[in-house]
Amino acid sequence: MTEKLPSPDPLISLETQPFWDATAKGELRICRCRQCRSYIWYPRSICPFCMAEDCELVPASGGGTIYSFTITRRGSGAYKDSGPYVLAYVELDEGPRVMTNIVGIAPDEVRIGSRVGVTFDPAEERGWSLPRFAPETVA
Amino acid sequence: MSRTAQAFIAGAFEHPKRSLPDKTVPQIHAEVAVGALNDAGLSLRDVDAFFCAGDAPGFGGISMAEYLGLKLSYIDSTDTGGSSYLAHIGHARAAIAQGKCSVALITLAGKARESAKAKGSVQTLRDDAPEYGFEDVFGTSIAGKYALCAKRHMHEFGTTSEQLAEIKVAASVHAQHNENAFLRKVVTIEDVLSSPMISDPLHRLDCCVVTDGGGALVVVSPEVARALPRRCVKVLGHGEAIKHADVGRLDLTHTGAVWSGPRAFAEARLTPDDIDYASIYDSFTITVLMTLEDLGFCKKGEGGRFVLDGNLISGVGKLPFNTDGGGLCNNHPRNRGGMTKVIEAVRQLRGEAHPAVQVPDCRLALAHGTGGSISTRMGSVTLLLGSEDA
Repeated sequence: MTEKLPSPDPLISLETQPFWDATAKGELRICRCRQCRSYIWYPRSICPFCMAEDCELVPASGGGTIYSFTITRRGSGAYKDSGPYVLAYVELDEGPRVMTNIVGIAPDEVRIGSRVGVTFDPAEERGWSLPRFAPETVA
Repeated sequence: MSRTAQAFIAGAFEHPKRSLPDKTVPQIHAEVAVGALNDAGLSLRDVDAFFCAGDAPGFGGISMAEYLGLKLSYIDSTDTGGSSYLAHIGHARAAIAQGKCSVALITLAGKARESAKAKGSVQTLRDDAPEYGFEDVFGTSIAGKYALCAKRHMHEFGTTSEQLAEIKVAASVHAQHNENAFLRKVVTIEDVLSSPMISDPLHRLDCCVVTDGGGALVVVSPEVARALPRRCVKVLGHGEAIKHADVGRLDLTHTGAVWSGPRAFAEARLTPDDIDYASIYDSFTITVLMTLEDLGFCKKGEGGRFVLDGNLISGVGKLPFNTDGGGLCNNHPRNRGGMTKVIEAVRQLRGEAHPAVQVPDCRLALAHGTGGSISTRMGSVTLLLGSEDA
């Protein structure tokens, strides 16, 4: 089982501030164009599909499916002492495939196609938290 | 591009060293520039166009133009990572066709061993990249990003670690003949599989080498080529593409070569069956396997079977590749392998590869460059080159 992973600073910009503010409240939000309704990952101010400068953040279901993953045996930088951890792409139920970590499961048990749900480390004083994914628990 | 646009590679030079602690980066750029110009039979005073990428120090092409004393009518500092130098050849050909210049110098140099030691790893994104907060914070690494593609490829197509290892084995069989290669030992599939796992499913021997050094190329107009005694190589086709995460609609089963390849083949009016020799970008074994599929040497998903039984080994298989040992064994200067891909293709077309790996009567070669990461965003450039002199 991977221990708690580090949370390096995502270097929040004016464009991404609302996304990270939502993570502090435990919410995953996705950018969507109000005009053409396209989902846009990562969040940005102009829609690449219809050029409208009319994007909003909408709540995501938080569920998704593992599209691909790798177990990185030895990280660097903030992950230098993390031991083996799982870097992954998760396909959100809304469509976008997003880079993340899979947590809450032994790395050797991670499988492509498994259902996962978003999880946030307590944001504490930082005002933001990294969206990671863990196996969905049966409610 | 008009079909009559012509340009020739007149000079090619690979720095013979793989560790250069006592040289500066501009010095290495200058050494390879002089090497390629000497190879062509030209001098720094003949150069009227300079091409470089992000490895050029200081103010890039402008700093290097001053350091080398160049008088330029054309400059291009396109940076598509390791594929930059192949893009430069296409851009140089276009500029030559428009009459903007007639002798284009392209250089690459760097000291990757030193910076890898200092940082412990290579930073994968600049922190002002808009995607930074959505990727690097999750502990990305270059190997990890390529591993994401390898894992998905295995899932969709049943590709195996043994098949990936065949690519390293083929590169090592070639590298044993290259006295400058960083790794000259012939390895087995078992050696690859028993090397330490870096990021599943990629082992240490699935990764390219980290080397200091560099290389340079000289691209000239037909008029200049005709006046040179040195045998030149014709640029027959050039295709570029940028692949990225596509606003979240990412597909890990292909690389940008699915677009750059057909563009280059169409321009040259050639097909994969015509190719005698291929330099395929080999940052990792998976890079080669997916690129071979995307360029049309085999169908999507069949790359694993295509590389079996020494099919990439010169004198053994159908598609001799990376006969210098490639980035996997020979050289990957400044973590940018595109330059050396072109240089070995030029050697093959001139009949100047090592005799043990020279493809007999090599007339048509492909060189392919990949820059950035195949699982996020990348430059992809394909060149088709011919032995036909000016």
